[in-house]
Amino acid sequence: MTSTNDTSYDAVMSRRTEIMKKAVGIDYEEFIVEGIAFDYEKMMKEVGYSIDEVRQIQSETCVGNTPLVELKNINRLIRKLAPKGKGARIFLKDEAANPSGSFKDRRAAVSVYRAKEFGYEGVIAATSGNYGAAVASQAAKRGLKCIIVQECYDSHWRGQPEILEKGRACEAYGAEVVQLTVGPELFYYTLLLLEQTGYFNASLYSPYAIAGIETLGYEIALQMKELTGKEPDAVIVTHAGGGLITGTARGLKKAGAIGTKIIGASVDLRGLHMASDEDFNKKYFTTGHTGFGIPFAVFPDRSDVPKNAARPLRYMDRYVLVTQGEVFYVTEMLAQLEGLQRGPAGNTSLTAAIALALEMDEDQTIVVNETEYTGAGKLPSAQLTFAKQMGMVVKRGDSIKEDVPGKVIAIPQHPSQIGVIEFPVEDMKKSYLKELIKREGVRQFSDAEMQFLQEDLHASREEIVKWMSEIKEVLK
Amino acid sequence: MSTNLAKKGDWVQVQMNILSPEERAQYLPEDTKKVPLQMRVKGFLVDEIASLGATVRIKTTTDRILSGILTDINPKYTHNFGEPIPELMKVGMELREFLAGDEK
Repeated sequence: MTSTNDTSYDAVMSRRTEIMKKAVGIDYEEFIVEGIAFDYEKMMKEVGYSIDEVRQIQSETCVGNTPLVELKNINRLIRKLAPKGKGARIFLKDEAANPSGSFKDRRAAVSVYRAKEFGYEGVIAATSGNYGAAVASQAAKRGLKCIIVQECYDSHWRGQPEILEKGRACEAYGAEVVQLTVGPELFYYTLLLLEQTGYFNASLYSPYAIAGIETLGYEIALQMKELTGKEPDAVIVTHAGGGLITGTARGLKKAGAIGTKIIGASVDLRGLHMASDEDFNKKYFTTGHTGFGIPFAVFPDRSDVPKNAARPLRYMDRYVLVTQGEVFYVTEMLAQLEGLQRGPAGNTSLTAAIALALEMDEDQTIVVNETEYTGAGKLPSAQLTFAKQMGMVVKRGDSIKEDVPGKVIAIPQHPSQIGVIEFPVEDMKKSYLKELIKREGVRQFSDAEMQFLQEDLHASREEIVKWMSEIKEVLK
Repeated sequence: MSTNLAKKGDWVQVQMNILSPEERAQYLPEDTKKVPLQMRVKGFLVDEIASLGATVRIKTTTDRILSGILTDINPKYTHNFGEPIPELMKVGMELREFLAGDEK
């Protein structure tokens, strides 16, 4: 092991396993079966908490038990647009009612509780999103110190308004906010901070964080049974790193809602590079977009823990994309028809829900599983003002046809223009295998590894064998 | 009254280079590779007195002592609600009209 005095990039990265083990308090080696295979359920069970324990932990800090409300005016609008017999009813889980204004409080609640229980002096989280405020809020409540590391600026010190706002929120809870320019080396600097402070890594991707989200799915199942007498036919989840979809799906299953379809939705920002200094401020959604959604689904273990507990392909039945313009339009719709002013990124799944409700039967139900707080920096007006300053064309138009990430934001002219772009889940499963083969080289996978892949991809052995042979042909 | 001088204990922001372009990770896009990885952090000034641009020490809210270039004194939040967006201004009215058509 290199000396801790050596803080160069290569030296710190070479110490990553030791640093992470100390900072998360989990020995991931225990769950390795062989090769790429690890026992996911054992990991979730042994280091996680039961649903009842998580509900207790969360209730101590006012997290969870958020309202679920039927969007009656939007549903009336959907019935007007839908063909006869179609038009499912949409219900919204108002996660903005959590202490720091998003579902991320559920994740943070368990992580920070665990940090306190383990006796850590403070917590660190690498996040440019709502999770920072959530960790800072929970740390304040539990009396721990807190550092949030954000990717915030381009090389001209132009900050993303949405990220600047999240930084302000963290500071309001007393956290130290470390703001970096663009680059994946945020991970390097976070490791260095973990090593130097000895704080707990409140990773978004630990089993604690995912266990924290399970209560969301659990509550949805119970609330829908109470409101409609049955489980929802579909739950639509804004998809980025994969934690929300994983935790929600697991919670639904634990409440017995096994027939509910799990649909992921992301804002389409394909073509913009996540690590590009120039592309950084051409994105007007800083989360819930394809830049996270696709890479984290096809290689979950790219995260800041050795084995990511967020594994979306295990649970995702369908994946759809929406445009930035549509989400801003629907954010306006939610405020003006339902009286709910909520942040745009959380409305990604609502946008998809409106499109999907039109193709579902009128006696079916859809739950949109989150909202987020809004305010300065996070409003459509703030993001679109910034977009115009950065030279984007903002216009009224048919978003699906006219929106071009990094160039054009088209706001629908009519609600009938709200639609989705299908992104076959099978394509992501094939990409997962392709990435795996590139990392591992072309080799035979053992029975245990094949079993793991079947679970991780929610696919049959025959499908995996077929996809692998297709990939090997391409890679030849 | 704005001033370019910070006194001990003032709330300030400092900036520092974390990785120079040559120290950065491999496989970065060209535009990112040619600029350094930089950081900004806020804290209380440790030094007696300093002017903007000077190298100073700060104590952060987690009691870390850091050294960097003084970039701001009592830094204010600059993000805001944005301007009214003409392309969004009529959306609410249009949707309400569309719904009202229902009841005619």
